[in-house]
Amino acid sequence: MHDPNFDLSDIEKGSYSITLDEISKIEGAASLDIQIKENKVVDLKFSISEWKRFYTQAIQGKPALAIPALVSRICGTCSNAHLLASIKAVENALSITPTEQTMLFRKLLYHGLIIRDHALHLYIFALPDVFKKNSILDFDMHDPIEHDFLDDAFAVKEAGNQLSIVVGGRSVHAPTPMVGGFIKLPNLNDLKKLVPALLAIRPKIVKLINLFAQTTFFHEVQAPFVFTSLVSHDFSYLDGQIQTSEGISIEEKDFDNHLNAVIIPYSHARGFSFDGELLMVGAIARLTLSSTYLHPKTKETVSPHLALFPTKNLFYNNLAQAIEILHSIDQSIELIENLKDILPETPIKPTTYEEKTGIGLIEAPRGSLYYKLELSSQGTIKKGEIVVPTGQNQVIMERAIREIVEELLIKRATKEKIIYEVEKFIRAFDPCMSCASHFLKVKWS
Amino acid sequence: MPKIRIGWFTFTCCEDSTIIFTELLNKHYKEWFERLEFVHARVLRKDDTKEIQHMDIAFVEGAISSDTQEKKLKKIRQQATTLVAIGSCAVTGAPSNQRNFFKENQTVEIKEILAKFKYKEKVLKLSDVVKVDVVIPGCPMNEQIFLDLMNKVLKQQ
Repeated sequence: MHDPNFDLSDIEKGSYSITLDEISKIEGAASLDIQIKENKVVDLKFSISEWKRFYTQAIQGKPALAIPALVSRICGTCSNAHLLASIKAVENALSITPTEQTMLFRKLLYHGLIIRDHALHLYIFALPDVFKKNSILDFDMHDPIEHDFLDDAFAVKEAGNQLSIVVGGRSVHAPTPMVGGFIKLPNLNDLKKLVPALLAIRPKIVKLINLFAQTTFFHEVQAPFVFTSLVSHDFSYLDGQIQTSEGISIEEKDFDNHLNAVIIPYSHARGFSFDGELLMVGAIARLTLSSTYLHPKTKETVSPHLALFPTKNLFYNNLAQAIEILHSIDQSIELIENLKDILPETPIKPTTYEEKTGIGLIEAPRGSLYYKLELSSQGTIKKGEIVVPTGQNQVIMERAIREIVEELLIKRATKEKIIYEVEKFIRAFDPCMSCASHFLKVKWS
Repeated sequence: MPKIRIGWFTFTCCEDSTIIFTELLNKHYKEWFERLEFVHARVLRKDDTKEIQHMDIAFVEGAISSDTQEKKLKKIRQQATTLVAIGSCAVTGAPSNQRNFFKENQTVEIKEILAKFKYKEKVLKLSDVVKVDVVIPGCPMNEQIFLDLMNKVLKQQ
């Protein structure tokens, strides 16, 4: 909601404030306060206004095997990312190596998440900006282009949704994946039946990629910054090494040595820098650092667009997400088609418990998601730390918003135009406020 | 036929029921977009209204963590003919209310932040604050109960 309480004469002098209490069409609640005097930004605060639920405290003392199903509740949007990152951390602490079949199903579950989560963001949140509409609800059903995009939105989401349901039992807070494997295995026939739907949405995503490649949305951050992501050789989001756009390669266990927490006093969540530099994670970082590992069919289809990366135009995060959907479609089809039978495996159980810290880092849809869980010799959690993508992006996001507002003020843009452009930019980042507001900084002695 | 005026609100939670709702739209959007008017739904549209508008049905997910949230929920109640609590946090408070059950050492760790941002002493379920007409339990909400309710509502019109 906009603040209606401003004095017109002040506006004429270029002095006013902008208050956005609830930024729309993003995941969760965020707010923005801007103070403008004589057409200059004197203060700008982008804050996460979700109320904390204190998951890092709540997991203390609970059995490690029960943690994944609990932390999944940090975020309804990317619940399966929290599920798999925490499973990875617990397995790491318990020295459990998942089987090849378990990893295959985790990858399929994850491709389902990427398809439905990126599709929600691109079609429901970002697409109205491309068509200069408030909402996908305002799309004109008599306009063939708008009508088709509306149909595409729900067909694509449904294909990802079904893939998640068949593999994990449900697309949100999947009940079957657990530490050591799957409590219930997917059915081979159900998996095979997904292929036609995945093939059918492929051309729809190619259309979406072309659309986001053609948008003129543009902003490059006027400061050095670093992209980081986990780079895996099959672009599976689930394993590999952390790499940065400065060519540094680090192991998962060393990740938090490079991250520095930045306290943002007015926000319910904390921000981060990477070795003291501005940091950006997410699809744009992954496409910058590992596009060579995309599925061959994806690469063939999108080769002209891949030339746009690396880029500093942060609006291309939308394009990068669309390309990732195509990769997840192509990868899922190949994995399912190559699957001949399903072995009747049961989850691997821990043999002993010892005092040990486990690390689990994966690429959530919005960027690197890090779990560090310290286990007791009874198999309970002594302490935990969770670093989410939106926290890592919060500092660069606020800086970029300030730059955009300053540019628009030079052009004497109206208040409404500033609000529209800023919201459009925040949406391109695809921030997730639920994720960002689960925790409180834990002191590690 | 006038459209059914719907509101969709989120308080403290992980928004899993919102996500389930957007997935249910995959199969039902044609019918629902034609029959429902989304008066308030931040996940779907920018909301420029300054006050909460009248709604036939307000769907509310999440638990209540602050006085500002409590005040907003009361306004929603005033403007809604039917108020539906959606998902576990709205219906039971859990798991968003887990701090209500913290041990003393955990409470000490979070005390400062609770004071700074003026959190309520305890996290509340919706029925602690207002009259709730219908509940849809589950974490996330039970899809079938939600669909049964929607079908009933659409038939009544």
